[in-house]
Amino acid sequence: MNRVIARKVVPANNQIFKLSRKKFFSDEAAKASTSAASSQSNQESDGNLSFTGNVQPYDIAIVGGGMVGMALACSLATTPLTKHLSVAIIDSSPALANKPCIKREDPPDPRVSTVTPATISFFKDTGAWQYVQQHRHAYFDKMQVWDYTGLGYTKYDARDVDKEVLGCVVENKVLHSSLLSRIEDTDFQKKIYHSRLTSMSLNPSSSSIVVDSTASTEASYARGRLAKLELSDGNSLYAKLVVGSDGGKSQVRELAGFKTTGWKYSQNAVICTVEHSVENYSAWQRFLPAGPIALLPIGDKFSNIVWTMNPEESSDFKSMKEDDFVKAVNHALDYGYGPHHKSSLPGSAGMFSWLGGNVTIFANESFEIPPKVVKLASERMAFPLSLMHANEYASKRVVLIGDAAHTVHPLAGQGVNLGFGDAFALSRIIAEGIAVGMDIGEVSLLKKYEAERKLANMTMMAILDGFQKAYSVDFGPLNILRAAAFHGAHFISPLKRSIISYASGEQRLPLFS
Amino acid sequence: MALKLLSKLRNQNLQITRNRNHHRLVDAARFFSEQPVSNLSTPDDSKFIIKNKQQTTTSSLKQHELAKFAAISDTWWDSEGPFKPLHNMNPTRLAFIRSTLCRHFSKDPNCARPFEGLKIVDVGCGGGILSEPLARMGATVTGVDAVEKNINVARLHADLDPETSTIEYCCTTAEKLVEEQRKFDAVIALEVIEHVAAPAEFCKSLAALAYPGGATVISTINRSMRAYATAIVAAEYLLNWLPKGTHQWSSFLTPEELVLILQRASINVKEMAGFVYSPLTGRWSLSDDISVNFIAYGTKDGQ
Repeated sequence: MNRVIARKVVPANNQIFKLSRKKFFSDEAAKASTSAASSQSNQESDGNLSFTGNVQPYDIAIVGGGMVGMALACSLATTPLTKHLSVAIIDSSPALANKPCIKREDPPDPRVSTVTPATISFFKDTGAWQYVQQHRHAYFDKMQVWDYTGLGYTKYDARDVDKEVLGCVVENKVLHSSLLSRIEDTDFQKKIYHSRLTSMSLNPSSSSIVVDSTASTEASYARGRLAKLELSDGNSLYAKLVVGSDGGKSQVRELAGFKTTGWKYSQNAVICTVEHSVENYSAWQRFLPAGPIALLPIGDKFSNIVWTMNPEESSDFKSMKEDDFVKAVNHALDYGYGPHHKSSLPGSAGMFSWLGGNVTIFANESFEIPPKVVKLASERMAFPLSLMHANEYASKRVVLIGDAAHTVHPLAGQGVNLGFGDAFALSRIIAEGIAVGMDIGEVSLLKKYEAERKLANMTMMAILDGFQKAYSVDFGPLNILRAAAFHGAHFISPLKRSIISYASGEQRLPLFS
Repeated sequence: MALKLLSKLRNQNLQITRNRNHHRLVDAARFFSEQPVSNLSTPDDSKFIIKNKQQTTTSSLKQHELAKFAAISDTWWDSEGPFKPLHNMNPTRLAFIRSTLCRHFSKDPNCARPFEGLKIVDVGCGGGILSEPLARMGATVTGVDAVEKNINVARLHADLDPETSTIEYCCTTAEKLVEEQRKFDAVIALEVIEHVAAPAEFCKSLAALAYPGGATVISTINRSMRAYATAIVAAEYLLNWLPKGTHQWSSFLTPEELVLILQRASINVKEMAGFVYSPLTGRWSLSDDISVNFIAYGTKDGQ
């Protein structure tokens, strides 16, 4: 209805139009806030009264207010050049409606992320890390990776790369609410629509066929200057730029017509929280015949398990008795499926001795057994794994970030870090565009983001996919090759250093740095 | 679909122009914006012709340069169209303008609208591809161009965004503005001077438009062998970036010549930078290399 009214306002002079529009909005805002109170009540920050109506276009509409979407909003809100932007966030998840209360005494949620030093520094730059630190989080500075054949293992230490930590394990809900808290500190003009996207339209034409030159939102849309979004609750809105951060099954990606490439791994991941009798300070990953099992510290004697296995197995492991599951986990992290690594593996010292000076023996870094799990501390969840990459991340007025653009094997916990990398890169590129007065939906600007992130994401995806493939085959000779590769990674310290650096989020290729 | 239509339109326009101007091979775009001189305009611009007749005596523009670009004015905002190189180069030009003007007027470069409160004239605004970003950066912009079609395109485009709808577009020339005694904090003429008949006169007009102590930014192409090779041979003939005949090498100015004629117009050049194109990334960047495209910032003498 707002639109109809707006179209009738034909400005003879733009200034008058602006004034009348402002008045119109403050009236309308009062009405809207009563009528739509149920569907879009809280979370309104100061000064967005003028955005309550449908007509005023937003600068950016972020579809999907998960961790990656909120990271973008947070970065925009805290960057001098972008903090003035008006942003709509479209998400029907309850986490955005009422901020969950996170209690320290609750056992940790099984949904956790391993954030890399690069992600941590992004969070610090935006000021969101201080909120993460108020909650449970666990830094780790050591990681042991080994395989079931008992032939190879490697240990990574943050000190090898002159870093304090290799990463930090944080519950997703903590990351999410920290970003939200940080945004609420600012007077960022955001409005949250608790709804789902149903349609998105872009008028491709920017040609000269113009009959109507009024400065109305409709006319701008008609000439391709705005995208129009319709929501399941009947609302519609306009934005100069639509950001799809709506996950692997992205609606934005589908509506924009971006094609994807990818495949399903015939693997599921089972995740849960477990408890030890002592605190765990390291990250552990063991490659088993069906896939890796990872044990990540999450603080307070708790650890997180990410166990990759066949879909049939996963339903068994999910439903088996808790005691049996704990036994199975301990088995998988210890003698299950194969022997321990033998530190005196014949030839292991000799295998690389010919490398002479390049060999660094980490003498005291002998093989260790991860701390025993004593108890299951959360429900078990299973989800299928897949690899998917959008062929394009950007077109005019539409851009994808995070899982909407790429999903990876959860090996090494790189997925969300790639997403955070996208969010911060996009925010930076939008700021660069604003610095030179560009229309932020301009395709040339968005393609700059695409070019930058595609390379970073595809490289990581290829590496992880390669790892996954290397371990999905149980074949004698290959096992030995794999073990040799492990030994190589362990003993040749420059290579090891670059692998850690890369996994920590530094944008350099492991072998070509 | 719309794109196809557009290119069809463009082709037709080109054909018409070709028939009209036998002396030109393919007469097309002012890849860059410009200033009219006199009365040889396209027949469909009757108003424009009248206007120009009145100002024949004072204008510094070249006749045929106008016809070139009226033909493709519709495509100004098609970032894949004939103005693509200009769209490509635009962020780099604006980065230079932003940093020099922020320094000149002591504005905060970390603010989204640093030019708030500054009156800027964009001489030879074309379709407004420089005027709009300047307006988004907060400036009160006046865009002038001698070709009425350009002004129409620019106005229609700018009106669709409240941030740019404040731009004042006029189909006029720098000389005419001087007659009207208009004054601005900053005078910008990018890729214009190589298309005017009397660059020295043109610079005097630019100087007259600036307040004492105001800023001027001018960009153009160097009259160097490399410029000949890249801006004409490569850009027009090999890469087809620019319509053939867009530039005439002999009317290019060297940086030294530009500094000199600006000095005579009481503008002191304070800073100069070159634009270099990287074929690998397809992007332009600022550099010290002023051998092809260059941009100069100067200040007008105090009193």
